Amino acid sequence: MSGCERLIDAGRRQFLRGSAFAAAGAAASATLPGNAVAQTASPAMARVVYPSNRLANVADLTVNEPLDVAYPDDTATGVLLKLGTKVEGGAGPDEDIVGFSTVCPHKGYPLVYSADDRTLNCPGHYSRFDCEAGGQQIWGQATQNLPQYALRVDEKGDIYAEGVDELIYGRLSNVL
Amino acid sequence: MAYKRQIDRLPIIPADATRQNVTCHYCIVGCGYNAYSWPINKQGGTAAADNVFGVDLAEQQYADSDAWYSPSMYNIVKQNGRDVHLVIKPDQECVVNSGLGSVRGARMAEMSYSRARSTQQQRLTDPLVWRYGQMQPTSWDDALDLVARVTARVVADKGEDALFVSAFDHGGAGGGYENTWGTGKLYFGAMKVKNIRIHNRPAYNSEVHGTRDMGVGELNNCYEDAELADTIMVVGANPLETQTNYFLNHWVPNLRGTSLDKKDEQLGGEPHDRGRIIIVDPRRTVTVAACEAEAGAENVLHLQINSGTDLALFNAIFTEIAERGWVDHEFIDASTATELGTGDGTDPARPAVLTNFASARDGNRMTVEEAAEITGISADEIRKAASWIAEPKEGGARRRTMFAYEKGLIWGNDNYRTNGALVNIALATGNVGRPGGGVVRLGGHQEGYVRPADGHVGRPAAYVDRLLIEGQGGVHHIWGCDHYKTTLNAAEFKRVYKQRTDKVKDAMNAVPYGDREAMVDAIVTAIDDGGLFAVDVDIVPTKIGEACHVVLPAATSGEMNLTSMNGERRMRLTERYMDPPGQAMPDCLIAARIANNMQRVFGEIGKSEIAGNFNGFDWRTEEDAFMDGYNANANGGEFVTYERLREMGNNGFQEPATAYENGRIVGTQRLYADGKFGTEDGKARFMLAEWRGLQAPGKQEQKDRFPFLINNGRANLVWQSAYLDVENDLVMDRWPFPFIEMHPDDMSKVGVKEGDLVEVFNEAGSTQAMVYPTPSARPGETFMLFGYPTGVQGNVVNAGTNELHIPNYKQTWGDIRKISDAPASVAHLSFKSKEYRAG
Repeated sequence: MSGCERLIDAGRRQFLRGSAFAAAGAAASATLPGNAVAQTASPAMARVVYPSNRLANVADLTVNEPLDVAYPDDTATGVLLKLGTKVEGGAGPDEDIVGFSTVCPHKGYPLVYSADDRTLNCPGHYSRFDCEAGGQQIWGQATQNLPQYALRVDEKGDIYAEGVDELIYGRLSNVL
Repeated sequence: MAYKRQIDRLPIIPADATRQNVTCHYCIVGCGYNAYSWPINKQGGTAAADNVFGVDLAEQQYADSDAWYSPSMYNIVKQNGRDVHLVIKPDQECVVNSGLGSVRGARMAEMSYSRARSTQQQRLTDPLVWRYGQMQPTSWDDALDLVARVTARVVADKGEDALFVSAFDHGGAGGGYENTWGTGKLYFGAMKVKNIRIHNRPAYNSEVHGTRDMGVGELNNCYEDAELADTIMVVGANPLETQTNYFLNHWVPNLRGTSLDKKDEQLGGEPHDRGRIIIVDPRRTVTVAACEAEAGAENVLHLQINSGTDLALFNAIFTEIAERGWVDHEFIDASTATELGTGDGTDPARPAVLTNFASARDGNRMTVEEAAEITGISADEIRKAASWIAEPKEGGARRRTMFAYEKGLIWGNDNYRTNGALVNIALATGNVGRPGGGVVRLGGHQEGYVRPADGHVGRPAAYVDRLLIEGQGGVHHIWGCDHYKTTLNAAEFKRVYKQRTDKVKDAMNAVPYGDREAMVDAIVTAIDDGGLFAVDVDIVPTKIGEACHVVLPAATSGEMNLTSMNGERRMRLTERYMDPPGQAMPDCLIAARIANNMQRVFGEIGKSEIAGNFNGFDWRTEEDAFMDGYNANANGGEFVTYERLREMGNNGFQEPATAYENGRIVGTQRLYADGKFGTEDGKARFMLAEWRGLQAPGKQEQKDRFPFLINNGRANLVWQSAYLDVENDLVMDRWPFPFIEMHPDDMSKVGVKEGDLVEVFNEAGSTQAMVYPTPSARPGETFMLFGYPTGVQGNVVNAGTNELHIPNYKQTWGDIRKISDAPASVAHLSFKSKEYRAG
């Protein structure tokens, strides 16, 4: 299916675009002498330290229209959604804003949003995730439900992502 | 909220981690995986030189990356008593799955026994015996002594027919060549046990006697045939859910048209197109939806058949193909019988006449219109199916059609004849033993059968569950089976089984445990009074195990070296990558130790002649059992050893082995490629298979009486009876109860909402399920998850079987009523459509 191949290619380009950022980060830490790292670095934490990144403002969102975002860095594609009805874990004044990784946790294919039933769908192996049920896999091949963002909305309506609740496909640490 | 692990980082596999071969121990597809393990105090790093992948893990990895694993693929387990990190991830080099992991197999690590991470703490760690009114741990010596004394005494007093056995006969977890040989040698070698049944059916019979009697073994092609076929016809199967990576890795490329290069390369001189698919199923499944998304609806023919009428459809297709002249005369002349069959099909051991083509064509004649009436499928669609199967391609080349079937046919109406009627079409069109062909069952478990001859069991084999209900048998040995969840007529079975085993428990309660002689006497007295002494060998506590008096803990795949073959007869060795829990042992060694103890006890009671039958069980390892069994007995087994299998890796070889050359085991890609079939004269037989309505007793009456078809089967997420899944948070979060798919109109009639608990009931029994609204379901036709611990569908399956005691789970009708609103565990669930839709 040419459609599917295009989507995969799109996913690959997406990943590639951000890879310079990650390489730069790795290069910076590599310049420190090993023993200096041991002496000066803060003690390793039990969990990764998530950045608090502004993804959008509430005013940018329209009900049931996905807004493409990336978190915790540019190589991790995701989506913000205003569902229009309050959901468990929803952020914002209406408790209806949710954010998810859009990389399928099965094999890393880019998920496609279906506004009809508010699901994210994988063209690779047909997995489906319910955006109104915490990213629960309705049916599919992934062994985890869809990674969802911990969101905070400040008084100005700015939406910040501050964590993820499952491991994102393609990285063995959510923060690279 | 949906269940989340809150895992944001995993240990990295170091470059020097140990890597072992693993074949997934769940379904028949047998995907290749690798187990990576390394010491608990070590870890790899993100730099390419510091991890096993040799890539920079500080970068996001692409789709289909080999350098990623999910939290479900990780655990901490014991190796030789020490904690190690373990990652079990799909093998990209394995030709079966090419790196794909299913939602079942990709949880193998998480489903392993880990004290460190509290996974599968349900696993049995010690032999247990009924002592002071409850199950208590004991030593192997103590438990085996009790088992042997009671069993030997009953066998000596009442004969071997008083020993009843339920035993797995397959590959993968709870099976494998080692373990089927171990139990086989015990019950068919040392003894000749007749009252024995298999894990999923109430007798010791084949699920596919029909095709075997016709000379066509049921696993006769290779997975690549699904990539080469012009048309795939699939009957009563839902391969996207139940043979997931076979479907994704071999069927989908054909439906997408991406296997065209392979067709051109291997099958020159004939035109090729993307594959078409005919799906025979009363239900619109996710398989149907995926096929439409990949091939386009115009290349998918879903024959939405009235439940149980497949035989009429097949006979009409056979008739149509014959009348159109689309049969393969050359093949029929060269490879099928010319003489007429004998008998009249009334012998219960041979429920149909095996004969030649012309006789079957005439005897099975059914017009398309007649079949349309019976099946509910339009005449045009039946004709279209015949054309897709057999109408020659442009230029006159024969169409290559692969026929695949599974439980919709096997657990369906009139198993023997329906099986034969489908194989008739494959034989008539010459689609056996040729590229792009095959007439195959898709399978459930992997296979792993090698046992001494079983002819003494007879045919039809004893209907063991019925005999147990009738009060027969004194001792019951159970190996990896749970009738309470997976048998038919389950409500009645459980009622009687509990009474009979309770009688023995009460007797045991009255005697000090340490007085072995008095204990055995008390048990035997209770048996004489209608009681039943039950021994359960399993890896986890089971429902039937609750009724048992002795429970013996077994090791599973990966805790022992274990060999199996998959649905294309591909044999691999799963290497032992972790310790079994506690004192658990491989089943083959448990069987051997039972045999050793039986020998000792028979000697002690002066039955030295019988004791002599238990020689040859001096195995110390599973490899000993393999050499004694497979190597010495299987067809081509002499070429196969553990060492050679290790070298053959996750691609193994396809059975039967024919040689060992240049350091490789030489296998067999397709059976019957030489046109010689599995009959005495090498000629395949056709089957006279007239339509005779709903064949099993009580089915037509049930259909007439109750409003809903209670169709039933599997779900992607769940393996088998959920024996491990029951302790997996991802699974139990999604399916706290078995779903029952219902059309919204039916929900209105019954007065229920999504997630409500309902009672499903009929004259056979009752059970419960959770309502899943399914607009694509046909009104009046529901579909319930089979074999689930929190609602056993088998409770409402009546006792009716075919002549050979094959159960008929699928044709079940019942009524439905509300029990309660959705409980709290259901409140957060998604009830959206499971179907993927393109675009």
